[in-house]
Amino acid sequence: MMFLSLTNVVLALLAAPLLLGVINRTKAFFAGRRGQPLLQAYYDLAKLLRKDAVYSRTTTWVFRAGPVVGLACALTAAALAPLGGARGLISFPCDLILLAYLFGVMRFFTVVAALDTGSSFEGMGASREVQFSALAEPALLLGLAVVARLTGELSLSGMFAALSPAAYAASGPVLALVGVSFLVVVLAENSRIPVDDPNTHLELTMIHEVMVLDHSGPDFAFILYGAALKLWVLGSLLVNVVLPVRTGSAALDLAAALAGMLCLAVLVGVIESCMARVRLLRVPQLLVGAVVVSGLAFVLLLR
Amino acid sequence: MNPMQLTLAGLVILMLSGGASALAGRSAAWSARLGVGGAVAGCILGLIPAVGTLVGGLSLSVRIPWPPPAGRGFELGLDPLSAVFLVPMTLLGALCAVYGAAYLGKGARRTSWFHYNTLVASMMAVVLARDAVVFLIAWETMALSSFFLVIHDHGKAQARRAAWLYMVATHLGTAFLLAMFAILCARGSAGFDALARAGAALPAPLATVLFVFALVGFGTKAGFMPFHVWLPEAHPAAPSHVSALMSGIMIKTGIYGLMRVLGFLGAPAPWWGGCLLAVGVTSGVLGVLFALAQHDLKRLLAYHSVENIGIIAIGLGLGYLGLAHGLPAVAALGFAGALLHVVNHAVFKGLLFLGAGAVLHGAGTGELDRLGGLLKRMPGTGAAFLVGAVAICGLPPLNGFVSEFLIYLSAFRGVVSPSAAVVVAGLSGLAGLALIGGLAAACFTKAFGVVFLGEPRTEQAAAAQEAGPAMRWPMAALACLCGAIGIFSPAVLPLLAPAVAVVMKGAPEAATAGLAAAATPLTWIVAAAAVLALLVAALSALRFRLLGARARQAVTWDCGYAAPAPRMQYTASSFAQPLTDLFAPLLRTRREHVPPKGIFPAGTTFATETDDLFQRNLYAPLFRMTGAALAWFRWAQQGRVQLYVLYIALTLLALLLFCVE
Repeated sequence: MMFLSLTNVVLALLAAPLLLGVINRTKAFFAGRRGQPLLQAYYDLAKLLRKDAVYSRTTTWVFRAGPVVGLACALTAAALAPLGGARGLISFPCDLILLAYLFGVMRFFTVVAALDTGSSFEGMGASREVQFSALAEPALLLGLAVVARLTGELSLSGMFAALSPAAYAASGPVLALVGVSFLVVVLAENSRIPVDDPNTHLELTMIHEVMVLDHSGPDFAFILYGAALKLWVLGSLLVNVVLPVRTGSAALDLAAALAGMLCLAVLVGVIESCMARVRLLRVPQLLVGAVVVSGLAFVLLLR
Repeated sequence: MNPMQLTLAGLVILMLSGGASALAGRSAAWSARLGVGGAVAGCILGLIPAVGTLVGGLSLSVRIPWPPPAGRGFELGLDPLSAVFLVPMTLLGALCAVYGAAYLGKGARRTSWFHYNTLVASMMAVVLARDAVVFLIAWETMALSSFFLVIHDHGKAQARRAAWLYMVATHLGTAFLLAMFAILCARGSAGFDALARAGAALPAPLATVLFVFALVGFGTKAGFMPFHVWLPEAHPAAPSHVSALMSGIMIKTGIYGLMRVLGFLGAPAPWWGGCLLAVGVTSGVLGVLFALAQHDLKRLLAYHSVENIGIIAIGLGLGYLGLAHGLPAVAALGFAGALLHVVNHAVFKGLLFLGAGAVLHGAGTGELDRLGGLLKRMPGTGAAFLVGAVAICGLPPLNGFVSEFLIYLSAFRGVVSPSAAVVVAGLSGLAGLALIGGLAAACFTKAFGVVFLGEPRTEQAAAAQEAGPAMRWPMAALACLCGAIGIFSPAVLPLLAPAVAVVMKGAPEAATAGLAAAATPLTWIVAAAAVLALLVAALSALRFRLLGARARQAVTWDCGYAAPAPRMQYTASSFAQPLTDLFAPLLRTRREHVPPKGIFPAGTTFATETDDLFQRNLYAPLFRMTGAALAWFRWAQQGRVQLYVLYIALTLLALLLFCVE
């Protein structure tokens, strides 16, 4: 059991940047381009780690602490997330709160690091980030509360291990609604279209990319890797809900879950290719919509 | 010396040193020395037995014989519930006194320390009282001494206005308490033991009335919405060490009173918990929203007290719901979360107010948009403020996370419970907490970022000076406590069990069993925190190895613009604007905008102000109407002392006749 959990964490650490590659290849396919190599994110990380860094004279130690604390949080969160029926390395009742709040710490330090530069661009991105995440958090926790109520378990590992195709037969609509809500959360929290555009660096519409505008070298590598891990961890919550394959063989379950992660990356790529970013004023509506969908799932469950 | 005598000695020292400091007022240095020395000594004497009670779990009481009106004499007692409040009270009392001496400096008045020590002593007396009469006397003393501290800077119109508002609010609240205790005591003696015995037989409608009176009366002191209006006025007006004490612990006496008195009213009705939960979610969400819209650091912190009182009320609500529906685990975790949050909030809010005071002291202003870049000028204060900010956002691994986690655990236990009412309550509790958490993070990244990071926005901020060591050490101590409570949470949890058992009316097994459910998660959280700390250390080392000293310095990359100026930075108002816009119907921010006119526009102005929703739309019209109605009685007010003596004499005569009848 322990071995499986450890495999899970190692997989997350190794494969997280691959998701970015899959998303980019999907987008390239839709645009009729050949696209960057699948492993481009790894090359980027290796290159950034070898580079020097430039710091603004305005900044303080807070700016340097931001990427380090952020990546540490994402790594710890990776140890909490279960995948494919295996338990998370760290698992206890209500660990989902710790998971959500670890991303809270990551966000807090990314935001203060952005404000440390004194740049109005980064201030703007930081302001949007805190607005959207404040609305995404209730959606995530409500969705998890639905799963908790459905399975009677309080730990992430227990909850997702208790889900199975049979659960879908019994309360399919509930789980489907939770899945929809989680998809919105994954897109919003990971700064994807339709909330944020990861490709634009210098438009007034972006959120995450602009916050990290001043980071360079290893700091930026930490941020990039942390973001990939965050995508992996939040994505794994969605995959756990939507694709509870239970064959009895741990290896097969894990393989199915991994396939699910890749499908999620393709899905994100498809969404990014087919949709425009919604206007900033509409984003809160999308997120409140996700909260309502989670709430609706709960109502269906209580019925 | 037994613990109770130690506590009494602490009280006596506080009172005597306060009086001595007022008498020595001609020599400012001696006045401060006597006052601060007495406060520290008295608080330490009070702290020792309180900690002992928490560790030992015993209850003590002492009766001081005294002729009527107290009847059988004053009764004071120390039980685990009192001790939970007494520990942060004495800690903060001592630290704020040390800080305050340096903060006030030459600005101290003759009676500054008299009022301060009286405030600390009366707060201790409130939680020690075992008798309605003593309780009310201590309550009133607390209100008056804090009134004099709020009006400390009485040269400022704002301070006078705030103190007046506070006076009115606290007395309206006390009126409800007076009525409540009068009804309770009408059935027997005023001792708390007797009240608890008599309360079990209360008829349900009377219990309901008493619950409402307690909620309004204690809620006014605690700052439940909509009774909080005095809070955002009074806390910024008071000197910062007093704000820290008032916001950190004085408002918690309202929570204490509520928990104590609800224990007298028999078995809790199911709707009490629901009502507290609703009050908690409302106070929490609206408190943090109004905090986001503020431009003044201390006013922002004051609104955050409303938010945190809301979180405590959510915990209490879940606790009473659990009790009413026979779910001891939900109840124990809710109460434990609420009690721990009382302690935690005292620690981090005290820290933040002291930090705000250092900013005020060093930069001369608390206006967010006139500050900036203070971390370089005030590194100690800035680091301490950051710790407080992370803690108040409830982020791991600091103390705020632990208490919020306990409340979350209670809510999730409620969600998976069989009782539909508790399921809905748990769900609303956790949704409320999640929203509050997100908004609090927005508010404190704003507060810390705008005040301490970036470039100074004014010359005032550029010339800011770090606070002296007497102000820094108390902040450092509180910052360490934030970390310690977080890291040693598995050891802190059992200390709360006796207090939770008091609230759950002597069901120690249920309390202990309920809290045991949190032991494993807290241990795991500490393990995760250790992993986090190790990772931070390892990544820092990696970063240092990769970079060494090669890092270059440049200006902030502003997309090719050559000369970024401090005024181009994002301001606090612009940072909060998306959120305040989103909740504009609730906040009703007023905007005053003079747009540029003509071909050669001269000057333009833009200002926003967010008044309190309830103050403007509920209380102001209400008091206007009351004033108009009472104008009819103006003929009785001639402003002559003789006449008032006559009124008093007539009233006494009437009462005498009434009694003879």
